Amino acid sequence: MALQDKYKKLVDTASTSGISDLQVREENNVLYIRGTAQDGSTKDKLWDIYNQIDPDFRSGDVVMDIDVAASGGAKLKVTTETSNLNIRKGPGTDQPIVGKAAHNEIITLISKSNDQWWLVKTDAGEEGYAYAQYLSPQ
Amino acid sequence: MKFTKQFIAILVLFTLSFAGCKPKDADLQTTVQEKINDMSDASGVTVAVNDGVATLSGEVQDAATKDAAGKVAEDVSGIKSVVNNTTVAAPMAPVTITNDDALIQGVTDATKDYPGVAAVVNNGEITLTGTIERSKLPNLMQSLNSLNPKKITNNLTIK
Repeated sequence: MALQDKYKKLVDTASTSGISDLQVREENNVLYIRGTAQDGSTKDKLWDIYNQIDPDFRSGDVVMDIDVAASGGAKLKVTTETSNLNIRKGPGTDQPIVGKAAHNEIITLISKSNDQWWLVKTDAGEEGYAYAQYLSPQ
Repeated sequence: MKFTKQFIAILVLFTLSFAGCKPKDADLQTTVQEKINDMSDASGVTVAVNDGVATLSGEVQDAATKDAAGKVAEDVSGIKSVVNNTTVAAPMAPVTITNDDALIQGVTDATKDYPGVAAVVNNGEITLTGTIERSKLPNLMQSLNSLNPKKITNNLTIK
């Protein structure tokens, strides 16, 4: 349980931040933290704490998968650095691009087909899969 | 009059014996609970004692702990019998790790927008080499962590 001591602040914050389905498991010298945050700021807070305890994520002793709760119909903001976000025919960068959403544009979630690729629709009617890392539930 | 006196005497005796019994259960309960609390892994067990019968409830990690808690209660003098209602928790399933084929696909997608970053997947472990700006590192790490790998080794040079 040594890792749970090292990352105590992270685990304590996760368990008091309303993370649903929270799992904290230590296996083969890796601490696995999984769950669904109610909003993006909770997820960001946990990542900030992780980065404070293990600067630049160098130790390789945590795998933290914190999803942000969002269901079909939810509004998503495109949080790319500056560029447009590709909307693709299927879930994968090898899939053809069927549309684009602008930086900071608000689009609509249809469904989460998996953790990485969400099926979305723009106000202009373009529909397809976008990379979830660049989408922030509003 | 004699009858009334006798009745009162019986009543007093009865009350005394009743009062004498109750604190005993409470004392026994405290003793058993303390002994169980002294065990290293029985923190979820609670004790109730009624007429010298100890009832254990709560959840423990395994059957051995359940039996040990029952034995601890039995060994307390004054306990006539033990009803062991503690339940054994279902064993935790191992952490699910994404298989390498799905990981490689996921890592390709996650690193696409980071041209300086190279990633290798081997037996569930992702190893990162190359260069990245510090401000971009958390986003990349979030993407990679959400793939559910076994481990991520970050050998990136930070600009």
